[in-house]
Amino acid sequence: MIHLPVLKAEDRKHEIDPANAPKEDLRDEIFQLEKEGEWIVQRVPEPYMELTTKYGRMKKIPVEKTWHHKSCGQCGHIPGYSSSIFWLNRAFGLDYHDPTDQTSCTAWNYYASATSNPAAQAAVAMRNFAAAYEVGYFPIIHCGTSFGHYKEVRHALVHQPKLRRQVKAIMEKLGKPFVIPEEIVHYSEWVLAMKDRIAERQVIDMSMITATVHPACHYHKLIEEDAIYDKEIYGAQRTAVITGTLQALGINVADYSTWFDCCGFGFRHILVSRDFSRSFSVQRKIEVMIEEANPDITVTHDTGCVTTLDQSQFAGRAHGKKVGLPVMADSQIAALAMGAHPYKVLQLHWHNTDNKAFLEKLGIDHKQKWAEFEAEVSQIKDGKKEYMTWEDAK
Amino acid sequence: MDALDLSQNKHADVTMEEKQRLFDEAKSDDRWEHVLYGCYECGICVAACPSARFYDFSPRVIAQAVAREDVDLVYTLMNDSIWDCSQCFSCDRCPRQNSPGQIITILREVAVKNGLTTAKKALEGYGRIIYKIMSTGTQVSPDMLQPDAFPDWGTHVGEISDHLEEWRKALPPETLHTTETSWTIDKKTIIELYLIWHMTGVMDLIKGVDEGLFDILVDVMEERLEEAGYEDVTFD
Repeated sequence: MIHLPVLKAEDRKHEIDPANAPKEDLRDEIFQLEKEGEWIVQRVPEPYMELTTKYGRMKKIPVEKTWHHKSCGQCGHIPGYSSSIFWLNRAFGLDYHDPTDQTSCTAWNYYASATSNPAAQAAVAMRNFAAAYEVGYFPIIHCGTSFGHYKEVRHALVHQPKLRRQVKAIMEKLGKPFVIPEEIVHYSEWVLAMKDRIAERQVIDMSMITATVHPACHYHKLIEEDAIYDKEIYGAQRTAVITGTLQALGINVADYSTWFDCCGFGFRHILVSRDFSRSFSVQRKIEVMIEEANPDITVTHDTGCVTTLDQSQFAGRAHGKKVGLPVMADSQIAALAMGAHPYKVLQLHWHNTDNKAFLEKLGIDHKQKWAEFEAEVSQIKDGKKEYMTWEDAK
Repeated sequence: MDALDLSQNKHADVTMEEKQRLFDEAKSDDRWEHVLYGCYECGICVAACPSARFYDFSPRVIAQAVAREDVDLVYTLMNDSIWDCSQCFSCDRCPRQNSPGQIITILREVAVKNGLTTAKKALEGYGRIIYKIMSTGTQVSPDMLQPDAFPDWGTHVGEISDHLEEWRKALPPETLHTTETSWTIDKKTIIELYLIWHMTGVMDLIKGVDEGLFDILVDVMEERLEEAGYEDVTFD
């Protein structure tokens, strides 16, 4: 008779063991390639914080000396998102660099139209990394798409010597060093790592707020092993970013059944198959969130997700759908909690779905705040000042 | 019994040799061995796929077709199906570690590179983004917020458009006081981007998709390169 061991339910433990991870730790290969003279690895500057990734590897998150790889869609259409990230850095007196020597990652174009190729995409990434290295700052990525794409590029460069050498030759022709950062860091990982410091400086009580979270597909599905997970947050069954930050601010994070679903951005769909994007985001995300969680706000951490979830609700309202849920980024919520101005810093007037009820619930006099912002705009229109500065935004 | 033919015989006018050639081009991509390990049709990718809910689209069918090397069906899918993919990579949850999303990325590149009519059609209306990124170095700019560009976003877009200049100046970050680009970008940086596209053959891809757009971009890029001292770089 064969006796098979019976594993009882109480003996089954979900243990994360980096030594037995199902996916490789690319860092080993990255440092090995540096030893072989293939490239320079830019180290994460000290001091750094550490967060756990999906299979238990610790990821280094720089505190400061960060080179901010900006997002086209954020800076172009929802600039308060970028503005709030910079504001958080400034509020803590951190040294950061906002470069003009930065191109788009070009990933939106790539995923939408395929009018590119791996060599071009990798060369764009390495050019931006070189630009950061040249000024002595460590890249931190603002966009979820850029982040996912650069993880993909890194994987390709490690595993395809022919591609690596082609891109290295291009960098040489451009007179740029061939350098890869030790970690590819998304800003929401930085916000999560800073959550306790943010909470210490919180001046707006958010304990009456219920929020739903939408994680960006390219953050946690693409190269899944390099996303942040935490046993204290969802039992490490879902990515910890955004949720960990909101919980630290006292916000009640409510669940809903389509948490894992894409927002519907689709890359090309948001432009040329718009019925898909607006239908998907309203019917699979917004309506479900409202029906099941009744949140005051939904929070995400990617340009395309904020855009799709926010902008699609107008068409949804025209069709009598249950919409009207304001959308913001985690950096905007964190900045607001610390007292950042809703219009001068968060720039909420660029958002489509009305967020005034949310501000009112927080006890923020949005009419007064809007008047303060308009006073700044008047000065610009009257020629009394050219721009609103960080000093003006206090 | 006849073999199951999901290709629906839709592209009988294209020779099998041509279909095989395109498939072989995809299969010879260096990424292929990292994105396809074989499919056992569990359907987990379909369950996660947003496009599968709204289109007659299945990442499982695509993964199966390429795994079986059914070049006829792959050709049909390259023409009819691949542009429905959202490129979200929800399908990367595949238990066999296939990436139907990346398989589709490769098939799209082959379709664009080979000038398939359906690829050109799928990219109609997308030309303005290609022009934007290739002429400015950023993909999305504030001045794209025009009511006729995003009519289903409502009147809010018109409000932004009316106040664009002053609202952009009312932004604290110094690099964001722009309207034609997402942020202030150095001329030298754009030149480096042009050189990357020149050296990697991206301009040839553009020519295959939209020759009119290619001509416009060449004029812009060659002039800027010449101003920067690169007189020997052309895109012909």
